[in-house]
Amino acid sequence: MFKAILPGILVCLLGSSSWAETLVVKAKLIHTVSGKSIANGAIVCVDGKIASIGEIAAVVIPEGAKVIQAEVVTPGLIDVRSSVGLSGILNVDHDSDHLETSAPLQPELRAIDAYNPREELIEYVRGFGITTVHTGHAPGELISGQTMIAKTRGGTVQDALVFDGKAVCATLTESSQKSGKQSPGTRGKQMAMLRALLIEASEYRSKLNKQSKETDASDDSKVARNLKLETIVDVLDGKKALLITADRAQDIASALRLGEEFSIRIWLDSAAEAYQLIPQIKKAGVPVLLHPSMARANGDRENMTFRSASILKESGIPFAIESGFEAYVPKVRIVLFEAALAAAHGLSKEAALESITLSAAKILGIEDRVGSIDVGKEADLALYDGDPLEYTTHCIGVVIDGVVYPGESR
Amino acid sequence: MVIWNRRNWIGAAAIVPWIGSSLLEEKSAIGLEPLEDSESLAWTHAKILTAAGSVINDGTLVVQKGTILAVGPSNTTVIPAGAKVVDATGKWIMPGLVCTHSHIGGVGAADGSSPIQPGVRILDSINVKDAGFKRALAGGLTTLNIMPGSGHLISGQTVYCKLRFAGKGPSTIEDILIRDGQDKPLGGLKMANGTNSQGEAPFPGTRGKSAFLVREQYIKAREYHAKRQSADGDQEKMPPRDLHLESLIEAMQGTRIVHHHTHRHDDIITVLRLSQEFGFRVVLHHVSEGWKVAKEIAEAKVPCSVIVVDSPGGKLEARDMTFKNGHVLDQAGVRVAFHTDDWITDSRVFSRSAALAVRSGMNRDRAIEALTIAGAEMLGLENRIGSLVAGKDADFCILSGDPLSVYTRVLETWVEGQKAFDLANPDDALYAEGGQGAGFELNPYLCCFGQAWQQTGAK
Repeated sequence: MFKAILPGILVCLLGSSSWAETLVVKAKLIHTVSGKSIANGAIVCVDGKIASIGEIAAVVIPEGAKVIQAEVVTPGLIDVRSSVGLSGILNVDHDSDHLETSAPLQPELRAIDAYNPREELIEYVRGFGITTVHTGHAPGELISGQTMIAKTRGGTVQDALVFDGKAVCATLTESSQKSGKQSPGTRGKQMAMLRALLIEASEYRSKLNKQSKETDASDDSKVARNLKLETIVDVLDGKKALLITADRAQDIASALRLGEEFSIRIWLDSAAEAYQLIPQIKKAGVPVLLHPSMARANGDRENMTFRSASILKESGIPFAIESGFEAYVPKVRIVLFEAALAAAHGLSKEAALESITLSAAKILGIEDRVGSIDVGKEADLALYDGDPLEYTTHCIGVVIDGVVYPGESR
Repeated sequence: MVIWNRRNWIGAAAIVPWIGSSLLEEKSAIGLEPLEDSESLAWTHAKILTAAGSVINDGTLVVQKGTILAVGPSNTTVIPAGAKVVDATGKWIMPGLVCTHSHIGGVGAADGSSPIQPGVRILDSINVKDAGFKRALAGGLTTLNIMPGSGHLISGQTVYCKLRFAGKGPSTIEDILIRDGQDKPLGGLKMANGTNSQGEAPFPGTRGKSAFLVREQYIKAREYHAKRQSADGDQEKMPPRDLHLESLIEAMQGTRIVHHHTHRHDDIITVLRLSQEFGFRVVLHHVSEGWKVAKEIAEAKVPCSVIVVDSPGGKLEARDMTFKNGHVLDQAGVRVAFHTDDWITDSRVFSRSAALAVRSGMNRDRAIEALTIAGAEMLGLENRIGSLVAGKDADFCILSGDPLSVYTRVLETWVEGQKAFDLANPDDALYAEGGQGAGFELNPYLCCFGQAWQQTGAK
């Protein structure tokens, strides 16, 4: 039996086949995240989906299945907010498409038009167990563009795509304020510009609604398409969330105020001082896409704390830990490492793992597909040779839709 | 007479201390007489990583008047009568961490007006009230080499500091300096090559020009020194003082170690070539592609201070950065230390750099040395700090467990026998964990990416 497993690992790690064959993953410990962990368990993956899971003795191993083994298996990790694929490893114009600085309000910019599925940092993060990323335009302009959800594989954006246009990215930090006499130059002006855009989109929506009732409208009188306003109408209709990057308590409060005024879905992003506004955030029913634990404590984040994740967990506010955006080095952060540090500062290991799997999936609205090891879900798994959060543990393999990819290179 | 030949310093620094320290340790365990002393402190039954070749599972550390009096097994180590004894069962004790490359203190040296400014001192720019120092203590750090950024070929003089933050903490930079026997502050010289130090004129636009500009200055310094020597004390014949050239002379004499920012393999080789031409003692910093030329670095007997960041890239030079760098260099026989480059990585998680190197194959003991004694050697301070050996400064940290585990916390950090950080003290815990008021007074001045800090991701 054991003899059969080892060559299996070698074959699949060396030559990842791009189709999903029947796969069995055995492990001493399986963190399902949605339910109890399973000791000495097995996961059977058929056609890219999880077909069964349980203790090895209780699971029927299909004949001819490829079998691989790990100490610990978790659901494939989900990075709830990244710019990977748009912000490239070289950090030069050639591979930097995460931020268009030509205007402060450009919600019409789609992530799918900028995502490079062959960017080497995508493969890099996958090596640590990350199988799904919510990625897109970076903070830095008042509205910088849209996001998308992708699996960390694929030769084209269509191969990788899970969801296009999940959120629209707004920024309420120092980085979105301009110098000189350009707008927005102040916090007040930022909010005024956002409100004006939302009102304009609301009026545009009214015109569109009216037009759709007037069946005899001639082509001349038709409301011209406006990609910018169409995108914001999606926000008004709840089809897209407005992801607002804000760290200072006052900016977080502004984000909540905006959400309340327009009855739109707000996702708080980064949110270094969220711990100061726990009741307000809870009341607003807004999730937090929490900055990486090792984010630099400067500027707007000078009051951040390693304890934020544990405070959010205790308060019951839905949250997930993100890699966020990095302008220099590290060019991309690994959510596994960021969650690990939160686990060293008050968050339980289980909650840390949940914050980069099921919690992220729930915020992103994809929990029916990924985020936990459950029958019927997509076969996305991360394999480790020990406690996944520990510094010296290795990710030894990754499974996406039932296809095995290599773990971290060493 | 000045010896222009390059000192075979790594031989002295990297090998002798191991032999030397084990001798010292033996002496401390055997030669102690019990004595009455109310100024002594002892920690017993701790797991002690000495960074001097031994791990003591049930160990005792005795400290007296800022100095280590004894380190050894609990059952054989003599504790002076009257000493205050702390039962440290379950705790780990290791030397205070040494960061060979830090930018804490809102620092700025050379100012971008020209690429070579070796006379500019970083010590004239440090804000000792910067909260970054408290954070460094929270990470177990006790000694820092505070450096200017890499935006110049020669950015200025660095300064070696002890985090003497016990009690009220320092009032001025003078309170944290490390001085030599003549009371002179110790420090190195920051140099850089590759793309960070290139720019528009008068900065070089190419690597060839970069090396030329550096060689030109060192030759000038050599000639300046010859003039001073031939004046032979005659003030009439002495050339006017030149602070820039004086600094380069110190580098060539080996009294000012060159700390050289370098990433790409060919840039690393260029540093080795220049250090051989001019005989300056050099430590290679960052060395992202060091693993590609590990054999050459080992042959040159030059040590490496390695940065560990979570992903490669950010610039072309760092594309091939890997966690295995420390391991490969160590295997090749290169002395390896790690550094924070604080704000590039956070001093509070400095030991994580060693842990990630172990993840990629580095020997555990070497990784611990890379946080402590190896860094001390690279600052030329290995006789005073970097390992737990009798006679050395009482710089150490007390940990809740294995320093290479993510779950371990630094509980206390001691500098020269004084407690400078205590996690149980809420004021200190604020800096360890963050929260309202833990912010920094100043942002750092760091060459080329200063703008990137502010304009997040500007193209």
